[in-house]
Amino acid sequence: MKLHIKNGRFIDPRSGTDTKQDVFIAAGHIVALGSAPADFKAGRVIDASGLIVAPGLVDLSVRLREPGFEYKATLETEMHAATAGGITSLACPPDTDPPLDEPGLVEMLKHRARSLNLVHVYPLGALTVQLAGKRLTEMVLLQEAGCMAFSQADAPLADTQVLWRALQYASTFEFPVWLRPQDGFLAQGGVAHDGEVATRLGLAGIPASAETIAIATIVQLVRDTGARVHLQRLSTARGVELVRAAKAEGLPISCDVSAHHAHLSEMDLGYFDARCHVIPPFRSGRDRDALRQGLADGAIDALCSDHAPVDDDAKQLPFAEAEPGATGLELLLPLALKWGAELKLPLLKTLAVVTDRPARILGIPAGSLAVGEAADVCIFDADAMQRVTAETLKSQGKNTPFLGTELPGRVRYTLVGGQVVFEG
Amino acid sequence: MNTTTLPDAEVLYAELVRQLRAHVTRETAIVGIMTGGAWLAERLHRELGIQPALGVLDIAFYRDDFDQTGLSRNVKPSQIPFDVQARHVLLVDDVLYTGRTVRAAMNELFDYGRPSRIELAVLVDRGGRELPIAAKYCGALLEVDPAQVLVLDRKETGTFGLSLSNSHRERRTSS
Amino acid sequence: MKNPQLNEHGELQHLLSVEGLPRDTLLHILDTADSFIGITDREVKKVPLLRGKSVFNLFFENSTRTRTTFEIAAKRLSADVINLNINTSSTTKGETLLDTVDNLSAMHADMFIVRHASSGAPYLIAQHVASHLHVINAGDGRHAHPTQGLLDIYTIRHYKRDLSALSVAVVGDVLHSRVARSLIHALTTLGVPDVRVIGPKTLLPAGVEKLGVKVFHDMNHGLAGCDVVVMLRLQNERMNGSLLPSAQEFFKSYGLTPEKLALAKPDAIVMHPGPMNRGVEIDSAVADGPHSVILPQVTFGIAVRMAVMSILAGN
Repeated sequence: MKLHIKNGRFIDPRSGTDTKQDVFIAAGHIVALGSAPADFKAGRVIDASGLIVAPGLVDLSVRLREPGFEYKATLETEMHAATAGGITSLACPPDTDPPLDEPGLVEMLKHRARSLNLVHVYPLGALTVQLAGKRLTEMVLLQEAGCMAFSQADAPLADTQVLWRALQYASTFEFPVWLRPQDGFLAQGGVAHDGEVATRLGLAGIPASAETIAIATIVQLVRDTGARVHLQRLSTARGVELVRAAKAEGLPISCDVSAHHAHLSEMDLGYFDARCHVIPPFRSGRDRDALRQGLADGAIDALCSDHAPVDDDAKQLPFAEAEPGATGLELLLPLALKWGAELKLPLLKTLAVVTDRPARILGIPAGSLAVGEAADVCIFDADAMQRVTAETLKSQGKNTPFLGTELPGRVRYTLVGGQVVFEG
Repeated sequence: MNTTTLPDAEVLYAELVRQLRAHVTRETAIVGIMTGGAWLAERLHRELGIQPALGVLDIAFYRDDFDQTGLSRNVKPSQIPFDVQARHVLLVDDVLYTGRTVRAAMNELFDYGRPSRIELAVLVDRGGRELPIAAKYCGALLEVDPAQVLVLDRKETGTFGLSLSNSHRERRTSS
Repeated sequence: MKNPQLNEHGELQHLLSVEGLPRDTLLHILDTADSFIGITDREVKKVPLLRGKSVFNLFFENSTRTRTTFEIAAKRLSADVINLNINTSSTTKGETLLDTVDNLSAMHADMFIVRHASSGAPYLIAQHVASHLHVINAGDGRHAHPTQGLLDIYTIRHYKRDLSALSVAVVGDVLHSRVARSLIHALTTLGVPDVRVIGPKTLLPAGVEKLGVKVFHDMNHGLAGCDVVVMLRLQNERMNGSLLPSAQEFFKSYGLTPEKLALAKPDAIVMHPGPMNRGVEIDSAVADGPHSVILPQVTFGIAVRMAVMSILAGN
């Protein structure tokens, strides 16, 4: 079906365009911008007056909980949640049960996702078998099965020799490796930032050095091996500085931050609010401010939802025993808009961290609205305020520190490959 | 406030002392209920030349309206510095009203031992009893509007006065 | 953020932590405790305040000593006391903490005394229970042990009267100590001007000075001129490992001996929340010596717990 999106404010970060122009879609692709091509007969016209027409969002960290944890969420519920959040492509880490360490499992996940025909799902393969940090996975076969990169998810990789070899091997084939930098020994037993609040609440701390030491180690191994590494979900100011320095040196390193960490700090733990039990922990206000600034000046490349749906039974426990994680798919756009507004950034820049830049990191043809590109589009009202409630969230995960708060941005249409997959 | 119709507390006190002189021996123990009753008891103890040390009760832990009013903000320790067992005890309070305070005081007293006899002396009986309790010694009977609270004050000189206030007691109720 | 310990009138609904409680509330508890002290000298050692009320001792972590003091306190207030030692195995059977609490609430409990190994567990329970129920934290993880903190400050006030010119040193494993946290908050709230913590860096939590204390690593400096020395218990499992090389070495540096105590004021008092490790954190000569007020602490503890229970039950 041919589609005509009219009267919208068209924002495409990749080309740097922010202008009022119509979009014409045919056969799943963008065929023209501004004026209709000859003989274009729209099967449907979407009136985007007062709305923003942007590339569909690309989310670098989404736990779909399938296979293995279907009681927390299923592929179907979470993909619907993604479309409701304007997300059209997402990367999922390999920490499913079983982990994504065999080509068959990856193919199955890809097949399941394709059959739902909603969002593009890009699995990350396990870097080591069973994520146990010992034996390398069959990366070449996993890549053929559809893995975009390789990751340990949140599983520790304590043995630096294995890490060194893994980076050597991956770089042989130019496979990117995605790592969440955390020294497993320093973080052992910790549940909160090792600072003022953890001291007051009597929670076991994770020192900031658990992150910086890991980054320093990874940066040195990147220097040695030339591997392309993406660092996931930074949490400390010092970590941002280390990445900034590595980039200045010309090393092939990129990084992201979660939308929660761009807004919250240890202070938000309040009286043991288990919804704020996340990994890595919310750190000091100074760290949070550095993350926000780093994301604005490019030291941090992308903003991700770090979507991790947790069921109530696993969350309604004393803080340390509660399972870490928060729902995020439907909050990514609102939290990006809130961040951009608070830093007084133009929308073009705000949207880049959830569209163009993550698409480049993932290496996928998305995050842009140029003629010829697949028509993955997010049409939203940037000014509408919405209250986050368990009822309005489509995700099976209802736990988020933002529950009950009002956030800007309401998605009106989400298009994947020219098909309207969400209308709100 | 309406003090014009109230009698002089010192006159009532003199009347109470007159009644007590005839009946109280030096061996009678005297126990005042905090706060007004304790002030009275203190003066009586001295004036009547009572032998056993003065006892005071704060009946906060024995109130029957604890569920509604909670614990008083300034509970003071009760002090019964003599052996209650088989003792003749004179219980003293400023104003007798519903009788609930006296009941609480008697309950508390029994937790110290079994007195041989308890008698009650009050400065004013304002009627309105909710329990079968009566004062043996009483300065005066007084009609008081149920909406008002009658309280004893002690001036810096140590003399007594009576005053009325409107009932806005949140954490303290019937005497 | 609403303080979950207070009800809509700003009165104490639960006692979860000393932190954040108004000075006035602390004084009310201490003053009320004064009135309970004498009760044990009487023929009948109880008052009828909580007659007909059910107090559940909910101990998810074993502690006969603490449970007993709460039990005695509740019984002296004429409450019915039900003791439950819930080992974690019932939770592994699939029943969650809140399931357990729901079950017990259905048995018409009026008050829960909660001891739990996980910091914050009593908050979760307090936020979950019906509004007529009261929760008292009897120790949660490393976080708080408010009745212990209150009985400690009660003891200090009993012996030192004026709190406004005192130096108090808290010595040992502050990192893992809920007792230390509660006492520090009580001391700072009531205006004790000089609160010190003394210990090796491994046993002091990050940013401890933000609690309003001065940090010392050397006993000789830390104890100098102190009015009160509070020794903390060193748990067995912390004695050998990456926190400390050995109990002997800890005693050498931080154990309270008569020689070290001589650095404090001549009339200094020595406290310990118990149970003591003689020869690890405290020398027997000090524990049993003239400066020790460790046994009176236990006696005062019952009065303080009675005060807390009766104030809560009345709100």
